[in-house]
Amino acid sequence: MITTEAVERSFYDKVLAATPDGEQLRVCLECGNCSGICPFGYLMTYPPSRLIAMIRANRFNKVLETDTVWMCVSCYACTAVCPSKIPLTFGLMTSVKEELLLAGNVPAELQTALANSQRYGNPQGESPRKRADWAKDVKPDIAIMAQAKKQVDVLWFVGDYPSYHPRVLSTTKALAKVLNALGVDFGILGPDESSDGDSQRLSGERGLFEMLAEKNGKAFGKYQFNKIITTDPHAYNAIKNEYPQLGISYPVQHFTEYLVERLEQLKPMLKREVKAKVTYHDPCYLGRANGIFDQPRALLEAIPGVELVEMAHNHANSLCCGGGGGGMWLDGFQWEKAHARMSEWRIQEAVKSGANILAVACPYETPRFEDAVKSLNIGGQLIVKDIAELLAESIG
Amino acid sequence: MNIVALFKLVPDLVEELEIDQNGTALNTDFLRLIINEFDDHAIEQAILLKERSGARVSVLGPDIEGADDVLYTAASKGADQVIKLTGDFQGKANNHAMARAVASTLKELQADLILTGVQANTDLDGSMGALLAEYLDMPYVGYVSGVNTVDGKVVARKEYPGGLVAEMEIKLPAVLGIQAAEQPPRYVAVSKVRQAMKTATIEERPLAEADLSGGSTIHRMFKPEAGTRAEMIEGSADEVAARLVGIFKEIGVL
Repeated sequence: MITTEAVERSFYDKVLAATPDGEQLRVCLECGNCSGICPFGYLMTYPPSRLIAMIRANRFNKVLETDTVWMCVSCYACTAVCPSKIPLTFGLMTSVKEELLLAGNVPAELQTALANSQRYGNPQGESPRKRADWAKDVKPDIAIMAQAKKQVDVLWFVGDYPSYHPRVLSTTKALAKVLNALGVDFGILGPDESSDGDSQRLSGERGLFEMLAEKNGKAFGKYQFNKIITTDPHAYNAIKNEYPQLGISYPVQHFTEYLVERLEQLKPMLKREVKAKVTYHDPCYLGRANGIFDQPRALLEAIPGVELVEMAHNHANSLCCGGGGGGMWLDGFQWEKAHARMSEWRIQEAVKSGANILAVACPYETPRFEDAVKSLNIGGQLIVKDIAELLAESIG
Repeated sequence: MNIVALFKLVPDLVEELEIDQNGTALNTDFLRLIINEFDDHAIEQAILLKERSGARVSVLGPDIEGADDVLYTAASKGADQVIKLTGDFQGKANNHAMARAVASTLKELQADLILTGVQANTDLDGSMGALLAEYLDMPYVGYVSGVNTVDGKVVARKEYPGGLVAEMEIKLPAVLGIQAAEQPPRYVAVSKVRQAMKTATIEERPLAEADLSGGSTIHRMFKPEAGTRAEMIEGSADEVAARLVGIFKEIGVL
């Protein structure tokens, strides 16, 4: 049991060491901004600022007896508003989850996703051999690196949900269509690809993240390509910011970044009008965590007929869909605690903005937001589409 | 008290099963093995008993691909001894043969309580627990979903159909077939399993000579064959609904 002062002190040191800016924990002003902006902070026994107070008081054992830290969806809102620039999401919250996980204090549904990731390389527990099955009926044929045996310009890291989730497959196929229309020389890893591991890391499973990163690192090393693009902002974040610390360094872009660089080539292809008011939801790991706000909007504005409107929370102030940091695998647990869904809050904002289409750029979001549209019983008022889908529709 | 949890590895159904050319066994080219789910519960129950009332837990399984992972995971959960049984398991091991061979190892381990999954999807000739109990001349209770130790005995909760549960007191040594542990098998962080790989030692013990008598022989293995009685109704939702109503009227339920 973790009860002694020495162990508590070692946790303090661990958080300090967990991120390059860990030392910043010492300069917390206790302003409370983090706990105030946290979407589920009101449900946490110890939201970030109180956590820091507990750690400073060597009372961390009290924290280990609670389970409300699992309400954290690693949305980065606390980190973004911290005046002392404390790495709250990556450092503090993730380290606390790690301690809870090691102490066996983990909600069962999260355990399943982690066990699946360990065994099958994807949190859904799908067959790793079928990771590229979605590409079977896509024309022209998509190069699967192990079979294509050639160098490609772009390695497309497809991701877990884009490879398997029935709803998200439509985004995947749409992106394939856009890449093909642009004549991009690309390939995918197929069964060689494992989960990027970022959400597993942010739910406290550092060892699993490293295992998955090592597998992907090995797969990257087998093939020749110039850069990686990702469907998923979480994969983008992992490959860009975390993999290099494990010695896995490749140039990487989110697909919205990549496509914006080719906007002049893309624009003449966007022939079909998408006559709609569109509002864009900034995914946490594209926007707040990595500063990509303009590229997705530029793509949307390039589509003829699209009128872009903003929701009340936009850019760095965007609301989370609730899927990050393990939230994707904690729906039941979080519902029991909150009797509210972040995705529903966001959908209500989207409706208020007057938009007919909610555009997204993260594979967690289409299913989460579509479910929220259904549970709010407002079908017909708002359609949820990935940017890749809207671009593919406009290409026609 | 010495608790021994036994496991076997079964085909992982996440991958599609294929039948080999002879038509009597699974094609093992792409077959991936996974711990039998009920055995995973047996290990969890053993660890829970150790945590609650103290015991020495040994985990035991055949030396085939995947066994090391199961054993290191068991060690990281708190198993004191992890053992793999070496020998030729390819193709021929039936439950009768396994039970007879494992029985001698269990005697060496002086097991007071033997826990194993109540069933496995590869059981063709009876369940392991009952066979073991026979060869060890011990009492057996199956479909157990909770165990407590009381004064050198165990009290097991046995599930019956229709939602009935019985509590049974059983003298030790005994064999229990576990349906479910009191809590789902715990998740162990990868870092802990990796640590166990450095600190725990997997013991190897040769399995006694296999006596295959009593097992069953597979004459033909095949995928479920489609029947001819199903009628697929094609068309739009309205057409399908109209046809369904028609059928319901024809067979007299409407």
